[in-house]
Amino acid sequence: MRKDLILHFGALAILLFLELLGVFSDYHQGNFARILVLAAYGIGYNVLFGYTGLLSLGHALFFSAGLYASGLSIYHLDYNVGQSLILAICFSAFFSLVIGYLALRTVGVSFMIVTLMFSQVGYLCILYFGGITRGDEGIVIQQSSRVFLSLDLSDPTIRYYAALIIFSLCLIFNLWIAKSSFGRVLIAIRENSDRALMLGYNVHLYKLFAVIISGTISGLAGACYGILFGYVGASFAAVPYSIFPLLWVLIGGVGTVLGPLVGAIFMFYLIDYASDITDAYMIIVGITLLVVTLYARRGLLGELRYRYFKWIP
Amino acid sequence: MDLGPYLLFASLEGLVHAAVLSLIALGLSLVFGVMRIVNVAHGEFFMLGAILAWWVSSFVLGNPALGFLLALLVAPIIAGIIAMFSDWLILKHLKYDPEATIIATIGILYIIQQAALMTFGPDARPVEQPFNVRLDLYWFGFSAYKFFVIFASIILLLSVWLVMAKTKFGLLLRATQLDSETAQAFGIPISTVYSLVFGAGAAIAAVGAVLIVPIQQAHYLMGGEPLLLAFIVVIIGGLGSLRGTVAAAVLIGMSDGIISVFFSPTLAKILATLLVVFVLLIRPNGLFGTAKV
Repeated sequence: MRKDLILHFGALAILLFLELLGVFSDYHQGNFARILVLAAYGIGYNVLFGYTGLLSLGHALFFSAGLYASGLSIYHLDYNVGQSLILAICFSAFFSLVIGYLALRTVGVSFMIVTLMFSQVGYLCILYFGGITRGDEGIVIQQSSRVFLSLDLSDPTIRYYAALIIFSLCLIFNLWIAKSSFGRVLIAIRENSDRALMLGYNVHLYKLFAVIISGTISGLAGACYGILFGYVGASFAAVPYSIFPLLWVLIGGVGTVLGPLVGAIFMFYLIDYASDITDAYMIIVGITLLVVTLYARRGLLGELRYRYFKWIP
Repeated sequence: MDLGPYLLFASLEGLVHAAVLSLIALGLSLVFGVMRIVNVAHGEFFMLGAILAWWVSSFVLGNPALGFLLALLVAPIIAGIIAMFSDWLILKHLKYDPEATIIATIGILYIIQQAALMTFGPDARPVEQPFNVRLDLYWFGFSAYKFFVIFASIILLLSVWLVMAKTKFGLLLRATQLDSETAQAFGIPISTVYSLVFGAGAAIAAVGAVLIVPIQQAHYLMGGEPLLLAFIVVIIGGLGSLRGTVAAAVLIGMSDGIISVFFSPTLAKILATLLVVFVLLIRPNGLFGTAKV
């Protein structure tokens, strides 16, 4: 058996057995369902940042594109879960194509600024068209709409399994990308884009594909988040939701398949703990960002890969 | 009111916007121009200036002009010192790597913002205008203080230009901007220059905040919007080009002010970003930008 397959399917098996053996209390079961969907979002982010080396500061735009595409179609057009998911995937893919095409006209720091700017405007648009989106207040998706193949997705146990399936799909897809020749080219672009260009690869097109894949996974995660937890609000489009995936990836390991999950678990519980103590819990995010950039640039799995396990994808 | 006077009123409001915005964007552009880093925490230094202005003026009783003048002196200095401290504590150790710096300044953003929430609190607080004179412009009255804001911003912009173009320190800055390694080889203390520039960028934004806070209120979340606008300005003007920054700030500030008066502030931001999209399509380096970044 290959070591990398054992590691990743082992991790998925642990997540499955934690539920089967009833280890979770109700509270942690809910938390982990959220973490799994958010980690899928982190995987989407990592495809662009970790593998292609493009730092986006505006991924909340893609997350909320999926979130609102599915949420609004259920709320206004009475779509069922399956239809709304298909719509969300198509919309996110198209949307990331447009945004990627525009943002990739810039390089380096301009790319980071432009993505941040686009996502801020996405947030402002959601507030501006409050008649449709109900702005800050948001939309609550009724329990009756959250049924898929006659399974009630608002039931905590079914919700956990659904979240685990979404996460597993994204993880396997990410693993496949990391091992494929396509992924190798992305890594080559990250390491030295001039050299990749010299070797004859269409760097711009590969970057655009990376943005589309990354944006679509993020949008899918957003759509699932809205459906599983029944709430679609403007706060998911705001700056913190662009910073969180960056933070998960940095903590867990830049350019590692399991990194986003590790980072998301850590940050979720850290913020959960801090928000019990103070209203100003976002200060934790600030401090963690500084600590990670100053002392742990590779993140946990990245450091392990660097020191001991060269084979971690 | 007829459309003509209404448009005049909107343009005046727009000019006040543009004046303060050009200060904020100038600080951002100066830091990028010399140090080649993007300071995402820039908006928080602006917020810090506003909160410090409220704090200083709450000490000085009696004539509000006294408190205002003191704030104009103290707030930029404190904001500048905090910026220089964060440069010394953090950015220096990252060797100004563009990616690491941008992530670290996001961290600084949250620390300053949340520290303000812990100390200053979540409420918006007003600062009294230093002088309360209304100029009668025939169709409507307009606060004389707003004219002062425009005037003071122009003075500050001119003095930054004078420092850059005519003084020894400005020469050091331009040398560092052009080629930091050669500058260092010629004995220019690069790390001191960087530290001073980072502090100056924050201080200029803080001056803008002290000027605007008698019109707008001080609030711990007020840094986000000017940061967005300043980013729009530097992308349109070309990152690092001071001339382009001021030109774009006037354009964006004016249109933002006018659209805000006639329609809504949110729509103004959305339209400004569409302008950015347009500029990116025809000139990816900005209207005045030359260097690839």
